[in-house]
Order: sequence, then C-alpha cells, then structure tokens
Amino acid sequence: MKPAAELKLPVQRPDIIPLLLVPAVALAALPLVGSLSTWVTLTLAGLAMGMIIFIVASGLTLVFGLMDVLNFGHGAFITIGAYAAGLLVAPLAGWLQADSFAANSGALLLMIALAMLVTGVIGYAFERIIIIPVYGQPLKQILVTVGGLIVAQQIIIAIFGPVQIPLTLPTAFRGSLIFGDVAVERYRLIAVVVGLVIFAAMVLTLNRTKIGLLIRAGVENPEMVEALGYRIRRLFVGVFVAGSALAGLGGVMWGFYREALTPAMGMDVLVLVFIVVVIGGLGSVGGCFIGALLVAVTANYTGFLAPKLALGSNILLMALILLWRSRGLYPVAKR
Amino acid sequence: MRFISVILSGDPPRGIVLSTLLALIFVGLTLAPFLFPGMVALNVAAKICYFVVLAASYDLLLGYTGIVSFAHTMFFGIGGYGAGLALYNYGPSWTAIIVGTIAALVLAAALALVIGLLSLRVRAIFFAMITLAVGSAFSILASQLSMITGGEDGRTFRLPAELRPSFHLFDGAFAINGRELNYYLIFFASLILFLLMLRIVNSPFGRVLQAIRENEFRAEALGYRIVVYRSIANCLAAAAAALAGVLSAIWLRYTGPAVTLSFDTMLDILLMVVIGGMGTLYGAVIGATIFVLAETYLQYLMAMMSHTGMPLLVRLFDPDRWLLWLGVLFVLSVYFFPAGIVGRLRKRH
Repeated sequence: MKPAAELKLPVQRPDIIPLLLVPAVALAALPLVGSLSTWVTLTLAGLAMGMIIFIVASGLTLVFGLMDVLNFGHGAFITIGAYAAGLLVAPLAGWLQADSFAANSGALLLMIALAMLVTGVIGYAFERIIIIPVYGQPLKQILVTVGGLIVAQQIIIAIFGPVQIPLTLPTAFRGSLIFGDVAVERYRLIAVVVGLVIFAAMVLTLNRTKIGLLIRAGVENPEMVEALGYRIRRLFVGVFVAGSALAGLGGVMWGFYREALTPAMGMDVLVLVFIVVVIGGLGSVGGCFIGALLVAVTANYTGFLAPKLALGSNILLMALILLWRSRGLYPVAKR
Repeated sequence: MRFISVILSGDPPRGIVLSTLLALIFVGLTLAPFLFPGMVALNVAAKICYFVVLAASYDLLLGYTGIVSFAHTMFFGIGGYGAGLALYNYGPSWTAIIVGTIAALVLAAALALVIGLLSLRVRAIFFAMITLAVGSAFSILASQLSMITGGEDGRTFRLPAELRPSFHLFDGAFAINGRELNYYLIFFASLILFLLMLRIVNSPFGRVLQAIRENEFRAEALGYRIVVYRSIANCLAAAAAALAGVLSAIWLRYTGPAVTLSFDTMLDILLMVVIGGMGTLYGAVIGATIFVLAETYLQYLMAMMSHTGMPLLVRLFDPDRWLLWLGVLFVLSVYFFPAGIVGRLRKRH
C-alpha cells in the first residue's frame, strides 16, 4: 500500500489557453500598430474599457450560472444605477467639483453605494415579483424580463424625461496622465482599480468562503445542495441581489465613462455584455473577465487600424470563439 | 366550407368570437379604401397588413419553434433596404423591385443560416443573445454606411407609375387610383404570405417544429435532427420577414433605420405576438391589428387621461408613454394568458 502522501485526488488540468488569448491579440497587434507608444496607449485604454464591461457583465453571468436565468432586465438595472448616482450630483456638487482626489473619491464611493443599494432593493423586488413564477421556463424568462426592461425604461423616461442628462466627471478624475509618449486617462485607471477589486472580491468569495462554496455547489447540482439542508432559494435571492447591485455599480462606472445619462444606456451596453458573456461561457466569472478584456482590446485595435471594421470586430470575435469552442471559453460544467 | 378549410390548411380559427373577429378584420382590410376614407386610415390598414406578415413570421420562430430571436427586424430591414435601394438606384421599375426582393431574400436566408449554425447547436438561449448582438450591429452598420443606405435619414424613392396616386384604373363608382392599387398589392401579397405560413405550420414539417418545442429530447430521440429543423425554420422566418420589409418599403416609399431596424420595432413585434397569442398564427393577426390601432388611436385616449390628476400621473399617462402600459400588459399576459388573446378565445380540440 502506498503512503497517504502519494495518494492524490484526481485534479482537473487547468485550461490555460484562453488566458493566453489577450496577450496573443495584443502581441499580434503590435507590428500592425507600428508605434510602441501608441500600442501601449491603446492596450491600456482597452484593458480599462474591458474592466468596465466586466463590472457590468459580472452580475449577469453570476445570476445565470447559479439560477439559469437569463435576465434581460439587467440592462434596466444598469440604467437605474446610473440615474441613482445622478441623483447625488446636486447634493454632492461641492465634493465633486473640489480639486481634491479624496473628496472626489468619497463622492464616487457614495454614489456607488447609493446605486448598489437602489439596484439591490429593486433587484430583490424584481426577483420576488417578476422572476419567481417563471423559474425553469427559459422562453418565459426571456419574455418576462424583456417586459420588465421595457416597463423600467419607460418609467425612467416618465420620471427623468427622455433627454440626455450630462454627468461630468469629478475634477480630479479628468484629463490624462502622461508617461513619456504614453497617455492614460485618469478615469480609466480608476476603472481598472474598481474592476480589479470587484474581480478579486468575486473570486475570493466564490473560492474561499462557505457562501461561495455553496454557490459553486449550487451551480453544479442544486438538488444536492438542497438535500444537504441548505435553502437554495435564499442563495438564489442573495445572488440575484448581488448581481443587480453589481449592475448598478457598472451603471455608475459606465455613466461616468460616457459622461451622460440616457434612458437607453443600459440597453446599449447590454449588447456588449451579451457578447462578452457568450464569449466567456454563460455563467463563468473567469470567462467573463477574459471575454471582457478580449472584446475591449480587440475593439480598440480595430478602431485604430480600420475604423470601418470596428463595429463588426466584436461579432467576428464572437463567431470565431464560438467556432473554436461552441459553448464559450469556459463552459460551466453541466450545461 | 370545404374550400375555406383547404385555404386555411385545415386549421380554422375555431370558436365563434375569434372567427367573427378575424372575419371583421379581413372584411375591414379588404374594403379599407372604401370603408375608411382618408390617408391616415389607409396607412393604418396597410401597416396592419405588413405587420401581420412580420408578426406571423416571428410567431413561426417564437410560437412554433420555441426560440427567441432579437434579429427579426434585421431581416425586415434587409427586405426594406433591398427593394428600397434597388428602386432608388435603378429607377422606378418593376424589375428593380423584383431584383431587390430576390437579393434581399438571398441575403436574409444566408445570414439566418449562419447565425443559426453558430448559435443553435448549443442552447436556444444562445440564440437570443447572439441575435441581439448581430441585430444591433447590423442596425448601426446600416446607419454608418450612409453612402449606400442614406444613413439615419434613409432613402426616399419613387414607385413604378402604376402605383402612384396619379394613376387611375377604373372610372365611375369603382374608381381606383394608384395609391389604392398599391394598397391592394400589399393586401393580397400579405394574405398570400399569411396563408402560405399557415400551410407551413400545418405541414408535417410544422408538426416536427412543434414537437421540438414541446420536448427537444424526445424529438431528437425519434430521429429528427433538431438543429436542421430549427435552422430551416429560422431561414423561412427570415425570408418571410424580408418580404414583409419589401412590402413596407413599397407602401411607405421610404426605407430607413428608424422604421425597419430599431430595437423598438423588435419589441413591437414581440408584444404583438405574445399579446395576440403565441403558436397560433391567428394571434399575429389579432396582435398586429390591436397594436397598430393602439399605436395610432390609443395616444388620443391617453392624451385625454393626462389632462386630469397629479403631476406624476400626468407623466405616466403622457401619450408618449403608451409603450409603458403595453409593457405592463405584456408581462401580465405572459403570466396569466400565456396563450394570448387567441388562446383564450379558441376552443380546445
């Protein structure tokens, strides 16, 4: 008999090819772009953009992974989050206009907190009222959440009006930092920090906490989790609220990125979110992260090299990925 | 009776109320130029005609195949741009219409096939997301290629001489001018397309689609390749939507992104099919009629409501908010009347 130390559990081989995609695309673009400083600027801007898309998309993929619910209402939560932050522009005007990084960050954090609170609460109500009756019926889920999206969008127009509302960046976040020939917008750096924090928090929660263990187990086999005595419904609600709050956070970041609020902003970005989530593999957080970076970086390079093609590049990228792996980069186990 | 049954492919409306409603709509549309004078009414009637075709082709996907597409307006737009750009570039002739229609049909079917092959292999839910992405990309593309498509403004073009208001077919009591002739072209084309789709869903092929919708596994186990069937249904629906687009372009003498490609139009179709009743085709007729009428006339009603009450109430009943109330109706009908109006009125077998 072998000593215990040599008895190893079967380990799944880590799948690293998708991880290499972003560097590969970046390296392939280098000779095409030509100038190194332009390339660095494009790459950094693309990565930052990818972070924002990731924040917006993470909630959707999390909810889908656990609950098998494709929530078109996610687009509405993005808009609601951005508008909730917009409500604080007037009260916090002093902090926002002060040329102090601390005051600006404080204002941004308060806005994010309010946006997440509002979208979290609305998400809770949405799950209770709209989604509970249609668990396990994918067709109805799509229809009902699209209906929710229409209604939410119309209510926003009824309250805030159909016109675009400007949302100016806090003073200290404007402009770019220049390193030699490389220019990086300050706000994009903030977006990178927020995105990394969210990604780290999600990965740590999913992999290092009991809640995360239950969520991953629930994705794998919900009946078994329930049989072990955990209320999977509560887990569902919690994840849905978290996903909605993440959409709210994403809405704030997206709103400041565009520096404007429009009733259709959530719907506009939802298209990009779907592309990212499909590329990453429905339900996978890691895949969503890579997908978001990949989409943003590719869009940036094509936007620079061939502006006419920029629009199609996302679709083309998605088509190529799906031809290679028909379920996305990191398909979630059972589905 | 036998003749009607054959025309309707052995799938009559069933139920007195429903049959009466449909008969009323049919008679109303047939005699629209004589019953309802005025351009507004004729426009509404023509819009109902081509939206019936569009909604019915969407029902082919949603109701019969059980897959949700968000790119249906793309195919509608391809039809509109096909006929419209051909008329714009090659002058007002029937040849241009035919060439444009054929080009649009080929493009629509090919695109539908590619999308289907990419997304229908895995899960139907992929299809919803991918069609949304492709559809929105196409609509931006159409606005950006302004050299060809006219951008946001679209293209206005002239019709062949026979369809212009100055053309007169008969004299006396039954005088028909080109505008009315145009209406009858739209009407009969829509009628034929609708009956053709009714034929398709009641064919053995249509039965297989319904089997797949009801139970994918069992249908596959019985030996039907679901990917193949779904792809064919997708192509047929795309082709029908493109033809509806051609009809809309011929009627409006205009094609542009706002009327054909916008996501709002997509939502309109969805609402029509769900409120009318999925998986019945007659639901598309009822849904499109109610929707187009509501779009035109409900706004007057809401304008009256918004004159009373509190400020927020005024805004909620603002004539522009009619989509809000249809959205609420939509959600409620998915829960409580999943079979829509037609499902309610229709007798069981």
